[in-house]
This record gives sequence, C-alpha cells and structure tokens, in this order.
Amino acid sequence: MHNVELLNITETADSNISNKKAENKKEKIKVDKLNAFFGNVKALNNISLSFSENTVTAIIGPSGCGKSTLLRCINRMHEEVSGTYEGIISLDDENIKDNDPVWLRRKIGMIFQKPNPFPTMSIMDNVTAGLRLNGIRNRSKLKEIAEQSLRQAFLWDEVKDILKQPGIALSGGQQQRLCIARTLAVSPEVILMDEPASALDPLSTNKIEELIFELKKSYTVIIVTHNMQQAARVSDYTAFMYLGELVEYNKTANIFTNPSNKRTEEYVTGRFG
Amino acid sequence: MQIINLIKRKIFKQQAGIISVEAPAASFSIKNLLGGKNVGDLVFQNVLRFFASILLLIVVLMVIQMVNQSMPSIKQFGWNFIKNNTWDPVKEEYSAWPFIFGTLYSSLLALLIALPLSLGVSIFLSEFAPRWLEKIVSLLVELLAAVPSIVYGLFGIFVLAPWLRTTIEPALGNKFGFLPLFTGPPYGLGMFAAVIILVVMILPIITSISRDVMKAIPVTQREAAYALGATKWEVVKIILGGAKSGIVGATLLGLGRAVGETMAVTMVIGNTPQISYSLFEPGHTMASVIANEFSEATSTLHVSSLIEISLLLFIITVILNAAARLIVWGVTKKYKGRK
Repeated sequence: MHNVELLNITETADSNISNKKAENKKEKIKVDKLNAFFGNVKALNNISLSFSENTVTAIIGPSGCGKSTLLRCINRMHEEVSGTYEGIISLDDENIKDNDPVWLRRKIGMIFQKPNPFPTMSIMDNVTAGLRLNGIRNRSKLKEIAEQSLRQAFLWDEVKDILKQPGIALSGGQQQRLCIARTLAVSPEVILMDEPASALDPLSTNKIEELIFELKKSYTVIIVTHNMQQAARVSDYTAFMYLGELVEYNKTANIFTNPSNKRTEEYVTGRFG
Repeated sequence: MQIINLIKRKIFKQQAGIISVEAPAASFSIKNLLGGKNVGDLVFQNVLRFFASILLLIVVLMVIQMVNQSMPSIKQFGWNFIKNNTWDPVKEEYSAWPFIFGTLYSSLLALLIALPLSLGVSIFLSEFAPRWLEKIVSLLVELLAAVPSIVYGLFGIFVLAPWLRTTIEPALGNKFGFLPLFTGPPYGLGMFAAVIILVVMILPIITSISRDVMKAIPVTQREAAYALGATKWEVVKIILGGAKSGIVGATLLGLGRAVGETMAVTMVIGNTPQISYSLFEPGHTMASVIANEFSEATSTLHVSSLIEISLLLFIITVILNAAARLIVWGVTKKYKGRK
C-alpha cells in the first residue's frame, strides 16, 4: 500500500516537472531524494521536487509533516539545530553543500513565523543589519538601500519619520514587514517564508499576502503555511506533505480543485489535519 | 447588626431577581462586605508586609548606628579621613586612603583579568558547547562560587604565595622590571596574590550571570542573524549587543564581590597600609583592615575610624550592587515584556 502510494507520488512529481519545463521557467532550486534527520529520527523521507524562478510555491500539510524542515534544509538552517540530511539540494544547479552556508544564506533569505527584529537595534539598523554584516559601511548607500527595501516591503510610509526608534516598538504586522525588508536589503534570490502571517491579525496578513504577490516578480518565493486559503490565494504551485513525505505537488489550482491523491483531497477540504 | 441586615437585603434582592443568581457565591460571601477582600488574604498580606519592613528596618538601623559610631572620627578628621595617607594607631592618626586605594586597585585589576575570561567562558557555554558539556562546566563554575573564602585564603597562603615568590615574581621582575607593575622584591604575599584570588572568586559570578543573560536572548534572534548570512562570530556579536547591559550588570556584581571580599584577601595581601602600583608590594584593603584591627582597637578614635571605613565600604558596595541590579533587571524586562 505504502509503496504503491510512493510510486504515485514520484509519478505526479515527475509529470509536474515536465509541466513546468513547458512553461519555460528556470528551475531555481532542485531537491533530489532528500532525507532529513534529527539525530536518529527521520523527518523527511525521499523528497524530490523543484522550485521555479519567479513563482510562489506553497508547502501545506498538517503539523509535524516536515514542511518547516524542508524549508530549513534549503538554506541549511536545519544544520544549525544539529540536524542532518542526505540527498542533493541545488541552487542554480550547484549543490548547496559545496558552498559556505553563510554565503548561501545571503542568497536565500528567510522570514520566520514570529517577527524577530533585533530588539536593541533601531528600525534603520534592523534593515541594514545584513548589509553591515556584508561589510557595507557607506552611510548614504545604507540609507538608500534601507529606503528601497522598506518601500518594497510596503513599510516606508509608516516608518519614514521614526527610523531611529527601536524595531520592537512597531506592531506585530509592521515588525514582520520590517523583517521582510531586512531580508530584501541583502538582495537575495530566493525567499523562504515559514508561516509568515500565522502570528498576525487578518489586516496585517492581507498586507503580507499582497507583498508576496509583488515579491514574486523578482524573487523565487517558497512559503510554508497552515492556512489553505492563503496557499490558494498567493501561490502558483502547491506541495502537500504528510508524515515527512511529499504526497502531491502540482499547480495550486489543480491541488485545490482536482487533487489526484485522496489524502490531498481530504486535507484541502478540511476532513483531516 | 448592620452586616446581618446587609446580608438579608442581599438575599431579598436575590430572591426578587434583582441580583443575578448566576454568581451567588461571589455576591454572598464576606468578601463583598469587606470591600472585595478576603479576610485571610488581608491578614496574610499584613503579616508579609511586617516581615518585609523588618528587612528595611535592619538596614536603616545599621546605617544609623554606623554613622553614629563613626561620629568621633568624622568630627576629628573630616574630609582628610579620605585624603590623607597615614594610618598610625600609636599616634592616633587615621585616614582611609591607603585602604580605599588598595580595595579599588585590587578589585579593578581583578576585574580586568576576570572579565575577558568570564566572557569567553560564558560565550562558549551559551553558544558553542554541546548541552552535556555546558551542564558540567556550568556546575563546576557554580561550585567555584560556593567555595568558602577561607579555603581560597589558605590556598593563597600555602600554595599560591610561595609559588609567586619563588617562580612567577622573580621571572616577571627580570623581564618586565621596567614596568611600575613589577617592581620591588618578590614577597609572595601581596597585591599579586590578592588579585589572583579575587579573579578566581569573581569569575563564577560574572560567568554564570552573563551566560544566563545570553541564554535569555530568544532563539529567534539567533535564527534571524543566521538567516541573514551571519557567521558564528557575527551571531555572537549580535547576541553580545543584546546582552550588553546584562553583562555590565554582571560585571558590577563581580566588582561588588571583589570590593567586599574580606577573608581571602586579608590572608594574602600582606596587610601594609601603603600606596604602591607594584603588584609585588603588600597592600591593604578596607575590609582587611577592619578584620585585622577591630579586636585590638581600644581607643574610641581607633574604633570610630574603623567604623567609618566600614561605612564607606557599605556605601561603595550599595552603589555597585544597586546599579548592577537595576541594569540586570532592565535587560530581563526588555525581553520578557514583549512577545
């Protein structure tokens, strides 16, 4: 039973890859036969999929299914919590393990579930934190990039007069957009979002979703979400994961209207999970 | 009588449906009659208030007594008590400057050595060490803090001082004798031994508090830094930035401990009231002079001078500790206040 299902999964995944090639979008990140572990516990089982440039891909699934772990493997944050993985993840056809994780994370930015601005830094310093890590000291350049990033994150108008105030003085939704601006400032190519709106009110959530839609134009976005309406609204592709396995990966419209796997159907219609 | 009437009225209102019956327990207890307070709570509160005020009373009485008893010396010497260098019980001339100097010099030197060491240890413990190692090392560090100071003192006299006299001080004197720090004959017992003992004693305080403050910084902060492409060292820098005020607090607490330390320092510092920057020379501290002389002090002025020194010591330590607590309290509040 299990094996049969696994076969199905690989089939759907394969067919999707060919689908996307037809669309002629470059595959930015490829995940090949990924197995991830926490100590001896296997968290991800044989995951293979790829994420295309300038698209938003949502990863959905019940709690503990490995969504976040998959995300954290991609920018090697998984290894910071002494996790390990087998298989190959590549960025622009280059194995991410061939490079320094520090370099990788400057190309693959990440937004977390809980807004986490640096509490001792002002709004301005928060946005430019990554740049300063990169050794940029020129004040006018920092200011220019900060304004640009804050504008991109739809936050500039709200904070332009209070840039010297601490980042944690902002509301939760503003803090999250500040974190997004901070990530954009180092000009990454891929943005990973781990339930970026789950701690926010509906209005702030709305703003974040609009923002994701804009970000798609210049970045590859991968978003983990618990909220299926959100996945349906913002994403082009959706991956459904269950118990560490990739059950189905397809265009979002297909996943929500015509899922090929029964589990997917049950999940998106709210019958389990 | 009135109370009974009140209760009756309440029962009546309840029956008439004027007061909602949904919360009868609340509206029917003595609580309401006492302005919303429970009798037991009220008694308990006041008993605790009494206990707390005893503490305050002790401090106030102590200060009053110290000021009172040091009056003869304050009247006799005035500000000269702090400025002059003579401490001569035979001529009845007393001034505290050599002791204040000895206290501050030994404590600050100890801090200068202990601070980088403790920071290194606490960064290692909170950021680098695996959990099992962190537990073991933390336990050892806290054990170090629990060792009675007389034990450190004995160690200082019988192990440290002879070693300094025969090995370390001659070597340092030969090579760095041109520095004012390392001049004079090697006695063993002196400022050097006192500083080393103090370093060992304040190391655990600074280490364990700094580690706690660093660990109090949420994981999300570390992840934010890592996700921005920070190296391990840069993450540590960001964490140190957040823990800055807590570390300052820890340092002040360590300094407070060093300033007030009596037994171990008395045993190894050499007890000579002089002002010398050389580590090889013996010195004296405020705490050590009190410990040494209180039993021999017979004249009123001698006793009074010793008590004035204790008053000064008290003031210095209170200021240091208050500053430290305020700072540490401030930093924990900042992180716990917001989610």
